[in-house]
Amino acid sequence: MIQDKYAEEIKGILARYPTKKSAALPLMHLAQREYGHMSREAMQEVASILDLDPTHILSLTGFYTLYYEEPVGKYVLEVCNDLACALKGADEFAAMASEKLGIDVDETTADGLFTLKTVMCLAACDRAPMLQCNLAFHEHLDEAKFEALIAKLRAEAASGKMAPSVVEKIAAYAKQS
Amino acid sequence: MAHILLRHRDVENIHQLDVYRQHQGYEALQKVLGMEPAAVTNIVRDSGLRGRGGAGFPTGMKWGFIPKGAGEKYVVINSDESEMGTFKDRELLERNPHQVIEGALIAAYAIGAKQIYNYCRGEFMDAGYAFEQALKDCYANGLLGENILGSGFSCDFSMYFGAGAYICGEETALLNSLMGNLGQPWSKPPFPAVEGLYARPTVVNNTETLANVPPIILNGAEWYKQFGTDRSPGPKIVCLSGHVNKPGNYEIIMGMTYRELIYSEAYGGGISNGKAFKAMLPSGGSGPVVVEDALDAPMTYEGLTPFGSVMGSASVVIMDETVDMVWMAMKCVHFFHHESCGKCTPCREGTYWMEKLLKRIYKGQGTQEDLQTLRSVASNIGGRTLCALGDFAINPVLSTFRHFPQEYEAKIKPAAAVNGQGKKQTAVPVAAD
Repeated sequence: MIQDKYAEEIKGILARYPTKKSAALPLMHLAQREYGHMSREAMQEVASILDLDPTHILSLTGFYTLYYEEPVGKYVLEVCNDLACALKGADEFAAMASEKLGIDVDETTADGLFTLKTVMCLAACDRAPMLQCNLAFHEHLDEAKFEALIAKLRAEAASGKMAPSVVEKIAAYAKQS
Repeated sequence: MAHILLRHRDVENIHQLDVYRQHQGYEALQKVLGMEPAAVTNIVRDSGLRGRGGAGFPTGMKWGFIPKGAGEKYVVINSDESEMGTFKDRELLERNPHQVIEGALIAAYAIGAKQIYNYCRGEFMDAGYAFEQALKDCYANGLLGENILGSGFSCDFSMYFGAGAYICGEETALLNSLMGNLGQPWSKPPFPAVEGLYARPTVVNNTETLANVPPIILNGAEWYKQFGTDRSPGPKIVCLSGHVNKPGNYEIIMGMTYRELIYSEAYGGGISNGKAFKAMLPSGGSGPVVVEDALDAPMTYEGLTPFGSVMGSASVVIMDETVDMVWMAMKCVHFFHHESCGKCTPCREGTYWMEKLLKRIYKGQGTQEDLQTLRSVASNIGGRTLCALGDFAINPVLSTFRHFPQEYEAKIKPAAAVNGQGKKQTAVPVAAD
């Protein structure tokens, strides 16, 4: 239960806003850290803390792209293939990434390590092709740099010293503020 | 000339509070704390500063709309930078955060707000960390919280992370999101200045807009007005991307031409790979595409009016001679279809059909009827939605129709060929006008 495990953080988040409802997005970031995605249980817990109907949290989950409705890999690779990046070869880059990982866009590798997504503009158009891995920016990419990144992440996962996942990072951030 | 906004490019480590303060940091705040709040708004109004998020609304006038009197008021920073081709606010948040914080504090003092929220898109994790650190330093040094700099003025400041939605850049959608709702715009009135966050008077300003405020207060409205043109004074950060040799953020003085931006060695350095210029999106995906004849227009809020386009957020995407304009329109419309919040039927359904039709035409499977339907759908979205997203979505379509009709025609199968392959032409189930 996040309510017990993160009691202090939740108290701090609630204190920042005059209404409980405003804490919905921050608490959903926190719940997603705990459960990996916005599971039914996660939605119900957030709703209960905020005295909201769980269907409201479900609708927020569907509306905002950073909340995952299905489980994702430990590393979420989000390739921007919007126009400005596509002018610099982002569509071809995404296809290459898909082939190297052996998965289609929106799929997760069998070992549960990587989920590949294509996303809208990430505000790094001058450094295309680029991707975010668990929200960290990787810019000026090509095939060799992508392979090096994947190799580094595989080694990191094998060593057990993984960098925090996207959801952990967001929640850690929420905790500070 | 030294930068006014991208000051981190001149002053190393200006993201650190002590370095910022060594370079006149928070002196503007100190100055306003001894002034009448209305006088602060007047300076900003006199400077002619206009909103840098794209709409260009006069900032001082926006502050002036806030009713006088007691009760909660809010300043909200719009750091939901999501327009395709825009990457200026991320640099400011990460590298020069104190100038944004100081600008927001001055806004709060001017309108009588005791709480500031910075609504930052969830993808800006790195920038968010940097900005959060700057806030902590401010709290630790008496620049935020109770009795700021001993003045009796108190103000709190919190970050708020969105979770992936372009529409939250629209101010009422942003406020809805901050209140824990779907990020959907509301019908105005009420305007945020009267009923905004928690139904209280609220000023929503773009990140870059607020970064302009400290130098205006420090140096005066007359100083600021010496830069730029009468109606578009001051500096502007331009995000240059696409087929240029040197893409990136450039701080320019408004009035400079697009040609200079693209070709000057100080800026874009020309079209990449020795290719020829074909077209330019001056305001990311949301402003109409322009061609060669617009390059001598000045970068001002009004400069592209004769060419049927806008400077907007100054997210300049350059395309060389190899770019297929139907593909370009399809990419842009895909963006707007994905980002439509679904509230207004013309936008929700219209962007769906525009994308479907454009894909069909791009693949060479479109008919003359599809072209007419595309034009009809686009014409029926404009002006019929609560926010500007619907109007933005039709710009890539209608502006490419205007400048590159031959590229659409070339992709259309002659009716005989379609029938010749035994395919029946079926009407698209959208009413044509």
